Amino acid sequence: MPDVKPAQTHPDALIEIKDVHFAYDERPILRGLSLNVRKGEVLAVMGGSGSGKTTLLGLIGGRILPNKGKIMVDGQNVPKLDRSALYALRTRFGMLFQFGALFTDLSVYDNVAFPYREQTNLPESVIRDLVLLKLQAVGLRGAAGLMPSQLSGGMARRVALARAVALDPMLMLYDEPFTGLDPISTGIVGRLIRRLNDAFGLTSLVVTHDLDASLKIADRVIVLAEGKVYRDLTPEDVRTTSDAFVRQFADGLPDGPVPFHYPAPPLVDQLLGKSSAGEIAP
Amino acid sequence: MSSVIEMIEGLGRSVLSALARLGLAGRFFLAIMMVIGVPLRRFSLLVRELYFSGVRSILIIVVSGMFVGMVLAIQGYEVLQRFGSSETLGVLVALSLVRELGPVVTALLFAGRAGSAVTAEIGLMQATDQIAAMDMMAVNPIARIISPRFLASVVSMPLLACMFSAAGVFGAYLVGVKLIGIDDGSFWSQMQAGVDFRLDIVNGLIKSLVFGVAVGLIAVFEGYYAPPTAEGVSSATTRTVVTSSLAVLMLDFVLTVWMFRGLNG
Ligand SMILES: Nc1ncnc2c1ncn2[C@@H]1O[C@H](COP(=O)(O)OP(=O)(O)O)[C@@H](O)[C@H]1O
Ligand SMILES: [Mg+2]
Repeated sequence: MPDVKPAQTHPDALIEIKDVHFAYDERPILRGLSLNVRKGEVLAVMGGSGSGKTTLLGLIGGRILPNKGKIMVDGQNVPKLDRSALYALRTRFGMLFQFGALFTDLSVYDNVAFPYREQTNLPESVIRDLVLLKLQAVGLRGAAGLMPSQLSGGMARRVALARAVALDPMLMLYDEPFTGLDPISTGIVGRLIRRLNDAFGLTSLVVTHDLDASLKIADRVIVLAEGKVYRDLTPEDVRTTSDAFVRQFADGLPDGPVPFHYPAPPLVDQLLGKSSAGEIAP
Repeated sequence: MSSVIEMIEGLGRSVLSALARLGLAGRFFLAIMMVIGVPLRRFSLLVRELYFSGVRSILIIVVSGMFVGMVLAIQGYEVLQRFGSSETLGVLVALSLVRELGPVVTALLFAGRAGSAVTAEIGLMQATDQIAAMDMMAVNPIARIISPRFLASVVSMPLLACMFSAAGVFGAYLVGVKLIGIDDGSFWSQMQAGVDFRLDIVNGLIKSLVFGVAVGLIAVFEGYYAPPTAEGVSSATTRTVVTSSLAVLMLDFVLTVWMFRGLNG
């Protein structure tokens, strides 16, 4: 009994997604997803692996097109934009990819300088100051001369964050910013996300399956399941709710509404050779 | 009966998917052409790729050219002296190199040395989301990453083929004149008289240019569309070498037929 509220037109919504359907080939990933993201909030998007979280970010960024539905960002319908309008909109986005996606042939400094060099006509001396300020903000001014291969996972994520906020975006998209980080790095990145959001008046969408980390920084948590927004909660709700699905997620239970087992014939049948042999590898 | 149908179905499917891939490559080529001005305006982008693809291939090209030239001299001398015309060795070697071996062997070596590296590099950039990240930063990856690498291949190929031929001629000179003892003067003067600028040198350059387009396109295409996994990138790298080599040899045949049409008519 998913209790999704119908999407209303909020005047304070930066992103309005209405009834979006998306399928890879024949396999439906999103099935009528609707979602509003308010200006200034940090929204955590949760959901199991393969629930379509990265797909959702791709749709918002206009990298993939929905089969059906509207995706309004700051009053523009993303799937309908032509290339130059889309690129104009994207200069106001910052995106942090799952593993940072730093350019491996450029140094830390040049990675952060990249957006300025490509999108502005600023002189190198000004770019230098801006890059150092951004690196200072993520605590890595001292690493400016390193190459991406010399960074730890957490440092790479922070450099990518400095690069993502270089052009002072209005919207930040984070894809699994905590994956593969140790607890200290997770805390650092989480606080940075919150601090950047509040200091620069951004709006942030944080896709993650790390519940603890997202509860610490999010204003609101949505849970994706079955291609829809399955739950829309405050962090407080998540801690107290008795909803079986959210509890399974929150408490890390192996079995529940999300089954532990991949669909299979009954074990006894298969062991006794009653089900067809084609279902297991010889 | 049903197995025959299945076979025909399978054949049809693979023909269709090959055609679809060819169409995709054609669209990709057009997309590159739309932004080919970018590496010309921002010359530093092109220079970097010229260095990695072209300059770093010079050594292997020159050494291979030397050896091919030396072998040509030995083989050619053996045949020519039967007809008592060993002083024409210079022409034979120069024509073989400039018309055929220079462009073709250079393209094959270039595909293995530089083309595969370009495919692997772009494939890895794709697999690690670097291309997606660039696209999300509103920088067109076709303009910024793909077109300089493609153009570098087109520009490098004729230059490398010239170096290959020059090294080959030098190798033939070493073996033919210094070692076997053919007359120095007739080696060079016969060569000068026997090689036509328009028919031989320009045609050889045209071949190289076409091979540069083919190898460059295959290398960037395979990298860009490589599945974002370790196996995906490694098999794309292999495909670049195999497909480029086949394409070069087939194009060479077509171009040779076209260039020497009407010679016997
Ligand atoms: N390019 C693609 N082609 C086909 N299927 C894909 C592709 N990308 C992702 N998928 C599939 O779509 C589903 C959703 O993917 P994704 O949005 O990346 O999930 P999440 O980020 O929530 O883990 C997954 O099952 C994945 O296998
Ligand atoms: Mg994902």
